[in-house]
Amino acid sequence: MGFFLEVLIGGLLAGVLYSLVALGFVLIFKASGVFNFAQGAMVLTAGLALVRALDVFEQWHWPFGLALLSAFAFAAVIMAIIAWMVERLVLRKLVNQEDIILFMATIGITFFLEGLAQTLFGADVYPLNVGLPKDPIFLLESLFDGGILVNELDIWAAVAAGLLVAGLALFFQRTRIGRALRAVADDHAAAQSVGIPLNQIWFIVWLVAGLVALVAGAVWGSKLGVQFSLSLLALKALPVLILGGFTSVPGAIIGGLIIGAGEKLAEVFLGPSMGGGIEIWFAYVVALLFLLFRPQGLFGERIIERV
Amino acid sequence: MGIRQVALLGTAIVSAGMIAALTAPSVAQAQNEQFIPNLVYRTGAYAPNGIPFADGVADYINMLNARDGGINGVKIITEECETGYATDRGVECYERLKGKGPTGAAYFSPLSTGITFALTEKAPGDKIPLITMGYGRSDSRDGEIFTWNFPLLGTYWTAANVAIQYIAKEWGGFDKLKGKKIALLYHDSPYGKEPIAALDIMSKKYGFDFLQIPVPAPGSEQKSQWLQIRQQRPDYVLLWGWGVMNSAAVTEAGNVNYPRDHMLGVWWSGAEPDVLPAGDKAKGYKALMLQHPAGKFAVHKDLEKYVISQGKSMAKPEEFGQVLYNRGIINSMLGTESIRTAMAKFGNKPMTGEQVRWGIEHLDLNADRIKQLGFDGMIGPIKVSCLDHEGARLSRVHQWDGKEWKVISDWFKGDDSILEPLVKATADAYGKEKKITPRDCSKAS
Amino acid sequence: MLYREAGQFKASYQADQAIFPVAQDRLVMLALLVIAFLVVPFVTSEYVYRAVLIPTVILSLAAIGLNVLMGYCGQVSLGSGAFMGVGAYAAYNLAVRLPFLNPFVCILLSGFVAAAVGIVFGIPSLRIKGFYLACATLAAQFFGDWAFLRIKWVTNYTPSGSVNAPPLQLFGWDLSSPTANYLVALGITLALALAVKNIVRGHIGRQWMAIRDMDIAAEIIGVRPLYAKLSAFAVSSFLIGVAGAMWAFLYLGSWEPAAFDINRSFSLMFMVIIGGLGSILGSALGAIFIVLLPIFLNQALPPLGAAVGWQISTATVSHFESMIFGALIVFFLVVEPHGLARLWSIGKEKLRLWPFPH
Repeated sequence: MGFFLEVLIGGLLAGVLYSLVALGFVLIFKASGVFNFAQGAMVLTAGLALVRALDVFEQWHWPFGLALLSAFAFAAVIMAIIAWMVERLVLRKLVNQEDIILFMATIGITFFLEGLAQTLFGADVYPLNVGLPKDPIFLLESLFDGGILVNELDIWAAVAAGLLVAGLALFFQRTRIGRALRAVADDHAAAQSVGIPLNQIWFIVWLVAGLVALVAGAVWGSKLGVQFSLSLLALKALPVLILGGFTSVPGAIIGGLIIGAGEKLAEVFLGPSMGGGIEIWFAYVVALLFLLFRPQGLFGERIIERV
Repeated sequence: MGIRQVALLGTAIVSAGMIAALTAPSVAQAQNEQFIPNLVYRTGAYAPNGIPFADGVADYINMLNARDGGINGVKIITEECETGYATDRGVECYERLKGKGPTGAAYFSPLSTGITFALTEKAPGDKIPLITMGYGRSDSRDGEIFTWNFPLLGTYWTAANVAIQYIAKEWGGFDKLKGKKIALLYHDSPYGKEPIAALDIMSKKYGFDFLQIPVPAPGSEQKSQWLQIRQQRPDYVLLWGWGVMNSAAVTEAGNVNYPRDHMLGVWWSGAEPDVLPAGDKAKGYKALMLQHPAGKFAVHKDLEKYVISQGKSMAKPEEFGQVLYNRGIINSMLGTESIRTAMAKFGNKPMTGEQVRWGIEHLDLNADRIKQLGFDGMIGPIKVSCLDHEGARLSRVHQWDGKEWKVISDWFKGDDSILEPLVKATADAYGKEKKITPRDCSKAS
Repeated sequence: MLYREAGQFKASYQADQAIFPVAQDRLVMLALLVIAFLVVPFVTSEYVYRAVLIPTVILSLAAIGLNVLMGYCGQVSLGSGAFMGVGAYAAYNLAVRLPFLNPFVCILLSGFVAAAVGIVFGIPSLRIKGFYLACATLAAQFFGDWAFLRIKWVTNYTPSGSVNAPPLQLFGWDLSSPTANYLVALGITLALALAVKNIVRGHIGRQWMAIRDMDIAAEIIGVRPLYAKLSAFAVSSFLIGVAGAMWAFLYLGSWEPAAFDINRSFSLMFMVIIGGLGSILGSALGAIFIVLLPIFLNQALPPLGAAVGWQISTATVSHFESMIFGALIVFFLVVEPHGLARLWSIGKEKLRLWPFPH
């Protein structure tokens, strides 16, 4: 029982980490209808920018807090530049193209960013320490043998994810720009006709997605070290996305929880009898089964088809 | 001109360029040069481990050229080709480089078990030897079937055997293994699966439970695997990883509080990039050594003098003397010494692949020669023969103390009473499947 | 001037519906075939065969297969790598378990296995659409990766999970030379491409296109989506499966599951999009482009760098390669979202008027 709980909690927390990556997808899809495959590469870029800047500032013997803040600021500027370039050089040129073309363009961006980030910042593993505690803690040791292992870092990551979602919800509901974003998401043409500048909005959305990627990069980077594999996180986030629906911020979180818990439980309890390594496809199969019953995902907007 | 026309024109020019690039005859080459290709991966998920190795390989060759003018007056030229650890890119690199230089490629070292498997099919046709130092097919040490493969210094089965020997010694004898549980946490690829056959046999022989836990590539996410380890509580965890998987495993071990000194990595999981990202959590982690430790030895003085201080090296300062860098220079040393051996028979001119193969097969480095080469303290004697393409089955164990790798054990020697029958059986099966007539080693010159 | 169709009259429906209605096209095609079959074998080096021609030809077939699904039937698939794998492992198992079968028979039969698997993984497409479907096909990809690694029967219990192709022979001829490999691959690819060209012009192809353009409307006018979608999945997987078997037998020789991972799926998708959705010729152009581009960049960048006095390291080359690759894809999509095939037809338009301005 204790072990089951432990796997469940571990899975839920891992799921939150996937959600962090999935959130970026959702934001961009919601506001521009673009399925942004480059989110993983953005996480990598942001993470690399952060860790390399932090290294440099620490070498200059800046106090840790200042160095950390400056490094975050530096990475945020990098993400802003990327958002601006994407809007300028890609999205603006591809207005009114089919979705699949935009999707392919983001895969192009993925390759570009992977190359760029590694050229600028290097291809090694860079350990990242943003001051998050990394020690394991054991809960309920009196109740179960060995206790329930929870990783402190994962908890902080969950807190970060929660704050992000709350912040984004406020941003979407309460601010002028947020309302404009929702209007654009609803109907580009109508939004434009009431005077909402589309290009500016797209820039903002990509910037926000870039900042979400920065948070994801910081969390995943402190977990694993910043390295090329961060880019592959996109593939872990996809089932979360399918399950939660492409357009729902809470969906990304709940989808993450379900996928995270489901795949860890499956791997630990079913895996050994099937030879192991089942979690990747298990996540997709779970998502697929959900889709068969709700083709738009758990919280996605209902697909209405007109002929 | 509209943008479409530009695109059209551009496409036309680029395709013309591509065709030209492909059909253009290669530039005329000097005749007294030996070509050694260098398959590397400096990008992608395995780059942190690929880079120092590639730098070591290149630096030793540059040093030979600068110090001795090559091998016996034959200058060495080399070219890198990026494989990204992907088999198809590796095959393309092989095809591109195998014919370069006046005599073609001397040998290939793909540094990837997957690429080695693919090239094993191609090398006999092209008559180019494969030096797969410490990796590749474990049964390819059988020179009667695998004429062109040379897993010098150690195979994965040797590694698995030495690992169990080390654990037994730590626990106080082979009888202590009985009833214990040993887990293998492995990279889910031909590389990670190689040791399973040997461990299976040993688990039956010594009576320990053998638990297999695969990690899907690239292995950056191992939470469920470590939860499993926490549940199963193995007495020892063998780590068979590569690239980011290693540091992730050590980190996760820290996260679930698994004692790091009950983890033993293979020699590809025991270098600086594997432990540094894990920070403090890596302290106490142990790994096998492909004979050599980290650190600087006699040969490093020449490297420093002729390559590093000349600014000809791509290695970063901290890389110099690291485990994988040292392994790279050993790889080049064994290759170039094989060429030297071949020259002793065939004359001081560029060697063909076939002649190099003869050279590797007759490679015999005794302690004196190793000292002369500046590798004293790095490797023990090695003697390759037609029957034994491995040359030496020695290994030690080193431990990460938080700052550097410390050698903590004596030499272990692979136990041929276990290894030899296994090699024979699988090599024969391969020979039968491929319809290879085994060479008769008593007649080979 | 040269490329004029004026004066070529079609006297029968048959002539009107020919694949190449214009005489010059037929001539060019014939010339290309002659070059491909009769000239290339005498002038190419082994490297060009192994690194360029064979992969291009085989991947063209795979791209055509994916194009049937994506370009003609409008179902986005990211699982094509796995279907290539299904073909490869099916061919391997047929060859190992039924040793009396010729390897080439195995290659063709493996297509049917892949088609069956394709139908199974195509079933969700009846309910799921668009990007949701694209992600769902990733399930096929990852399940495939896992199955090739973990189900030991698939790899005939080889300890390392890496398997070998049998020696290639036909009627006692040894067909393992690169020239033979190339000719065999080219022959199979051309035959299947011709078949596909005719299928997409026939009634099944029209049903696919109706589904692609608007599935509900197609359903209302009497196209059965079940039949149309699943047949597209079957045909597509058949082609991709055969391509996978050839990839394994003729190109790799020895392979592991990583040869058919998600990167393969992505590169096939690039070929289709860059080549042009819904075009057989485009698929081949896309394959040529995607195979040649990295090789070209790899060889061209260091000399270019040296020319401006900059020593480019291998790492920089491959990072630049990735950047240029990404940038080119975006560039192509911006300039010509309908791919190389469209550029080709624009080129033909221009040629038709040349040398007159209008």
